[in-house]
Amino acid sequence: MFSGFFYGLRAGGVPVSLKEYLTLLEAMREGAIDYQVEHFYYLARACMVKDERYIDRFDRVFAEWFEGVERVEDPFASLPEEWLKKLGERHFTQEEMDRVKAAGGWDKLMETLRKRLEEQKGRHQGGSKWVGTGGTSPFGAHGYNPEGVRIGQNESRHRRAVKVWDRREFKNFDDSVELGTRNMKVAMRKLRRLARAGHEEEFDLSGTIEATARNGGYVDIRMHPSRENAVKVLLFLDVGGSMDDHVLLVDQLFSAARSEFKHFEHFYFHNCLYESVWKDSGRRHEETISTAEILRTYGSDYRAIFVGDASMSPYELVYSGGAVEHWNEEPGALWLQRARGAWERSIWINPVAERFWDYTPSIGMVQEMFPGAMVPLTLDGIERGIRTLQA
Amino acid sequence: MESRFEGSSTYIATEDLQVAVNASMRLERPLLIKGEPGTGKTILAHEVAESLGMKLVTWHIKSTTKAQQGLYEYDAVARLRDSQLGSEKVHDIANYIVRGKVWEAFEADEPTVLLIDEIDKADIEFPNDLLLELDRMEFFVYETQQTVRAKRRPAVMITSNNEKELPDAFLRRCFFHYIQFPDEATMASIVAAHFPDLKKGLVNEALGIFFGLRDVPGLKKKPSTSELLDWIRLLVIEDVAPADLEEQRDKAEVPPFVGSMVKNEQDMQRVAEYFGLRRRKRR
Repeated sequence: MFSGFFYGLRAGGVPVSLKEYLTLLEAMREGAIDYQVEHFYYLARACMVKDERYIDRFDRVFAEWFEGVERVEDPFASLPEEWLKKLGERHFTQEEMDRVKAAGGWDKLMETLRKRLEEQKGRHQGGSKWVGTGGTSPFGAHGYNPEGVRIGQNESRHRRAVKVWDRREFKNFDDSVELGTRNMKVAMRKLRRLARAGHEEEFDLSGTIEATARNGGYVDIRMHPSRENAVKVLLFLDVGGSMDDHVLLVDQLFSAARSEFKHFEHFYFHNCLYESVWKDSGRRHEETISTAEILRTYGSDYRAIFVGDASMSPYELVYSGGAVEHWNEEPGALWLQRARGAWERSIWINPVAERFWDYTPSIGMVQEMFPGAMVPLTLDGIERGIRTLQA
Repeated sequence: MESRFEGSSTYIATEDLQVAVNASMRLERPLLIKGEPGTGKTILAHEVAESLGMKLVTWHIKSTTKAQQGLYEYDAVARLRDSQLGSEKVHDIANYIVRGKVWEAFEADEPTVLLIDEIDKADIEFPNDLLLELDRMEFFVYETQQTVRAKRRPAVMITSNNEKELPDAFLRRCFFHYIQFPDEATMASIVAAHFPDLKKGLVNEALGIFFGLRDVPGLKKKPSTSELLDWIRLLVIEDVAPADLEEQRDKAEVPPFVGSMVKNEQDMQRVAEYFGLRRRKRR
C-alpha cells in the first residue's frame, strides 16, 4: 500500500532498502501507532531515514506523496538558500544585485539567476567550452566567465557554476555510499603498519609460557606493548582559490586521515608549496611555518600526501616571484622537488576529475614531478595512492 | 499491551520522539539516537527505564572498546594462576568467563533497557561485530560451548555523536531518531519541568539570553539544554533577579556566569567580542 511512497523515497534520493520498508509495514501491522497522520509520518521517518542529512529529502517526498503535490522539477526547490546566495554572488556583481533587487526583490533576482544558469547550460551543451576559451587559463585567479559575466571576487572565476549544477555534487556529498568518510577510512587503513610501541599492556602468551617454563612451572606473566599504527603521515592541503569547490571532499579526506593515523601532521599551502606553510587557515598570515624547517623536522620515515588541484598558472610553478599572493624567492617547483627528495614516499591527490587533467598545463607539470604518484580524489584513486605509498 | 513511553515529569519528550521510542520497543528493534550534544540522548534511556519500571544496563563505549567485551571475556590469566595454586575452581572453565553488559541485559529476568552509549567512539567495525547479537539476541560462548539467549529481548538504545559514520548494515536494523534542538516553547517547558518554582520573568529573560548566545556567529560549541539548566541552577543559587538580567541585556553586557554555557576559550572570546560590538553600536 505504501510501495509508491517507497519508490518515491528511493527516487528522491533517500537511501532506503526493502528491509526498512518491511519494518514499516510490520510496525503498521503491529499497531505501533494510532491512526494519525503525524504519527504515521514520525514512524515512517524513524523506520526509513537513518541519517539527519536525509530528513529534508524525506520530508519533501512525504509531502508530495501524501498530499499528491506535483513534484517540483525546479532544482531551486532543493537547494539550500545559502548556496543560492552564493551562486547569486558568483553570477552578479554587487551593483547588478542591487539593481535587480530594487526592481523586483529577491524573487526577481532568483528568476534572473535561473535564466542565466539555463542560458549557460544551453551553451555548455552546445559544445562551446567553458574551459580555456580564447586561451585564457580556466583556472587563472583572474579569469572571466566566457560570457563576460564577472563573478565573485573571493572565489576563482571559471566555468564551474554550471558544472557543479549539472553534476549535483551536493548529492554525492550526501551519499555516503559513493565516497564517505567511512569508505575513505577503509582505504586509508590499507596504509596501516602495525608495530609494537608504548606501554606494556597486553598479555604475551608465548613469552609467558617460556618464562613459566624457565621458572620451574610457576607462572611468570609477561606483558608486551600492544600493536599500534606506526605509519607517520604528513598531509599538505591546498586551500583557497580554485580549491573552494573541493572543500567538502577534502574535509572528509582530512577527517578520515586524522583518525586513522597516530603520527599525523597537516599543513596548508596555497596553489603550490613555497617557502612557508601554515597550520591554522584563519591565521595564515600571522603564523607561518618555514617549509625548510618541516623538511628538516620530519624524516624520511614520514610519508607525504599533497592534496591540491595543481591548477595554477605555470608561472606560479617555475618562476621566482610567480606566486599569486606574495613574492617568492624560489620557484614552487623547486620546493616541490625538495619535498619529493625529503619524503621519497609521497603522493599528490587531485580532486579534479582525472579526465580533465589534460586541460590544465600545470597539472601535467606537477604530474611530471610526481611520476605515477598523482591520483584523483576518489576511492579508487586513494587506494592507488596508498599502494604507491606502501611501496 | 505494554505501557507506552510518554516522557516524564523531568523529561519532556516530543511527539516524534515518543513515536520512535514506542515503535522500536514494540518491534524490539534497536533505537539509534543522534542529536546535538546536550540534548538529552543518554538521559532518554534513563527516563524510559525509569518511567516504564525497567532495569537499565549501561554500556559506555570508549575508543578501545571491542564488541566482544560486551558479550564476555575469558580470563585466562586468572585460570592459569589458580592452576598453579591448586585451586578447585580451575576445573570449571565457566568460573573464568567474565560476563559483559550485553550478557547482563540478556540474563535479566525483568524487562531491561540496554543503553549502548556513544557507539561512534569505538572502532568503525564495532557496530558490525554486534549485528547478529542484537538481531537474534543471542550469542555463543566458545569456551563453555553454551548459547546465551535473551530471556526477554531487552529494549536497545544506542546513542551516537556523529563522530564516525555507522555502517549501513547496522543502520538498516535500527530505528532512528534525531533529537532536534528544542524550540523556545519546548525549552520553556523543559525548564519548567526542572525548576517548577522558577518565576516566569526569570525564565523568559534567561531563555532570551540563551537563544541570543546560540545565535552568536561562529561558535564552535553552541550551548545546549544541559548547559542552560546548569546556568539557570546557578542563577537560582546566586539569586539573580530578572531585572538585573534585563538591565545587563539592555547594556549589552556579557551575561553573568556565562562560563557555564560557553566552555571553550575561543568561543568565550567570540562571545566577548560579540557583546563588545553590540555595546559599541549602541553608543
